[in-house]
Amino acid sequence: MSAKFDQNDDSVVVIVGSGAGGGTLGNELAQKGVKAVILEAGPRTEYTDFVNDEWESFGQLAWKDMRTTSGDWRVHKDFPNLPAWIVKSVGGSTTHWAGASLRLQEHELKTATTYGRVPGANLLDWPITLADLEPYYARAEDKMGVTRTNNLPGLPGNNNFKVLKAGADKLGYKECHTGRMAINSIERDDRNSCHQTGFCFQGCKWGAKWSTLYTEIPKGEKTGNLEVRPDSHVAHIEHDASGKVTGVVYFDKAGKIQRQKARIVAVAGNSIESPRLLLNSASSKFPDGLANSSGQVGRNYMRHLTGSVYAVFDKPVHMYRGTTMAGIIRDEARFDPKRGFVGGYEFETLSLGLPFMAAFLDPGAWGREFTAALDSYVNMAGLWIVGEDMPQETNRITLSDAKDQWGLPVANVNFDDHPNDLAMRAHAYKQGFALYDAVGATRTYPTPPYPSTHNLGTNRMSENPRDGVVNKNGQTHDIKNLFVSDGSQFTTGGAENPTLTIVSLAIRQAEFIADQMKGNVI
Amino acid sequence: MKLKVGEDHGAVSRRAFLQRSALGVAAIAITPAGALINASEAWGLEVKGLKPQTMKTLILVARDIYPHDKVPDRFYAVAMKSYDDSAAKDPAAKAATEAFVAALDGAAGAGGYAGLGWEAERVAVLRAMSHDPMFQTIRGGLVVSLYNNHDLWPIFGYEGESYSKGGYLHRGFDDIDWL
Ligand SMILES: Cc1cc2nc3c(=O)[nH]c(=O)nc-3n(C[C@H](O)[C@H](O)[C@H](O)COP(=O)(O)OP(=O)(O)OC[C@H]3O[C@@H](n4cnc5c(N)ncnc54)[C@H](O)[C@@H]3O)c2cc1C
Ligand code: SF4
Repeated sequence: MSAKFDQNDDSVVVIVGSGAGGGTLGNELAQKGVKAVILEAGPRTEYTDFVNDEWESFGQLAWKDMRTTSGDWRVHKDFPNLPAWIVKSVGGSTTHWAGASLRLQEHELKTATTYGRVPGANLLDWPITLADLEPYYARAEDKMGVTRTNNLPGLPGNNNFKVLKAGADKLGYKECHTGRMAINSIERDDRNSCHQTGFCFQGCKWGAKWSTLYTEIPKGEKTGNLEVRPDSHVAHIEHDASGKVTGVVYFDKAGKIQRQKARIVAVAGNSIESPRLLLNSASSKFPDGLANSSGQVGRNYMRHLTGSVYAVFDKPVHMYRGTTMAGIIRDEARFDPKRGFVGGYEFETLSLGLPFMAAFLDPGAWGREFTAALDSYVNMAGLWIVGEDMPQETNRITLSDAKDQWGLPVANVNFDDHPNDLAMRAHAYKQGFALYDAVGATRTYPTPPYPSTHNLGTNRMSENPRDGVVNKNGQTHDIKNLFVSDGSQFTTGGAENPTLTIVSLAIRQAEFIADQMKGNVI
Repeated sequence: MKLKVGEDHGAVSRRAFLQRSALGVAAIAITPAGALINASEAWGLEVKGLKPQTMKTLILVARDIYPHDKVPDRFYAVAMKSYDDSAAKDPAAKAATEAFVAALDGAAGAGGYAGLGWEAERVAVLRAMSHDPMFQTIRGGLVVSLYNNHDLWPIFGYEGESYSKGGYLHRGFDDIDWL
């Protein structure tokens, strides 16, 4: 039975956000007997209510509250109020996500050491190593049912994968398979196996894909230690005279102001909202926002390099059938500065339905060149480029002059591509074209990055409090009982899709928090 | 939506046919009562807010922005219908749309926008206007209103919703045979 805590109960851990970080932390704490309340800005929509329809699903799940943008990235021009494609709903972006679950590579946790000085890049080594993370990766993979781990079979390859694989073989790539996916390849964890529906981005109606919505959250609720309050938008975090946080103020569904007291607050609103919340919580004691003595809150925003290559063939592919991210090539994820850039990138298949293809293939484009591509929709194959982008201090979340429906300043997302990002993207497009040309593509298209799905780095981990916002446990350097529990902790981004790491860090953080509470340290 | 598919427009269909032959571009005719008729596709559209010719031009503009030769006019008509609806309710919206089409006609010369026989000629007019906010609004709206029409998807071979059919697990998710 789900718990129901008193708003004046100051013994609870309050978690802001119910996605990969928050949902996992809530369950992990609950399993250890720690009482936790998750406040989630979005509604609770169960997976049976998901819809196999791109725009309708976007309306149902996506974060559509106001945001603003600036900088030289193309998203600013094409989607000025949609910097990110992420979710506002119980389960967070794990409802939308594709399920690719990869571990970071050892050197990616030590970029300052490995890459050396890269002008304009604020590189820093993580305060933890791969060895520190490995046990937690193993637990996360088990929890999420990641294919190709723990003897779970890989998913079968769909048409889009088969085209990718044929091209990979022609180019001599060695590591190409149907991925490590948090999608059931066999029935497991009381959930279905994948039926190859092809609407992974719209929420998996089979429940085959891991999402905190129907795994972590109900499991946590069952312990009686976890309460999830949907439609609860946290406006700011409160603290006492000593600087310790004491609870949060939030808007309920009716727009009424509510307060939840807390022993500990953990922020997991994704990398745009988490720094926004810390900045919006500025007080006379902390005029620059909470946990911001380093001035790093909101900075070093990363979104992964990204970009897509779509290719048209003279015969049908039907790429939209089956898992959206149906396979991967890992050969380019290595560190090899001879290619003209530091860091690496992955190729992963991707497919969009006709409505989203029209919107994202080349945003703003029109006329026959554009429509010729759509005319060949059935004959199209596609891949997505996921690469490490450089952290830059000026790529940052700040408070905008614009206000949201609650009257709170919204986040502005400023982003400029780093020269390393541009060099890597150019390389990836070239390889992507070559791959599809090798299997007989008659046309290839370099699709620009979509609004960001991987948002990282804006409350980064650092050994030294001067360099970042949180320590290796996600605890803020400045305030002992304030934590960050989402992808904003990432010191650097790596080439891999981030969620497995977010979940692993949340498992690790839950242990730390439970220990500290038991020892009465916090 | 007042698109009446399959109605008998006997009296006007001949007129529509004649007009099409005369212009060589659009298969859409305007009835004396001010409705748009496409006889070959068997639909009619009552125009309530805009001048009928304006609505007719907008449908052509939509096709010129996203030209798909296998897509019948009615999909473009459906996608642009909201401009007529807004015009009927809001004089400012009406004025803005009429002004935009008038500007296109002005730029096109004597026969107006619809009088330009080649798509390339009309596209040149549109390109010159492509920074106009009204053009941006039309294009941005159309990319959703056209391509999100479920009835249009089969023309592109997109199959849409698949959960109710059990996904593609037994329906060809891996049926590619030419690699
Ligand atoms: C289409 C798509 C595909 C993706 N595919 C992959 C993939 O294959 N592999 C991968 O690793 N990653 C993928 N991702 C990314 C992945 O979803 C995210 O990295 C991950 O979910 C982020 O976790 P998080 O905890 O930081 O935030 P989220 O999961 O986004 O959760 C944040 C939650 O906090 C809530 N919130 C925010 N502010 C407040 C507030 N003030 N008060 C209350 N609640 C608040 C939000 O509503 C949201 O529900 C994908 C994302 C998308 C959108
Ligand atoms: S393809 Fe598989 S994982 Fe994706 S939505 Fe369908 S059943 Fe779920």
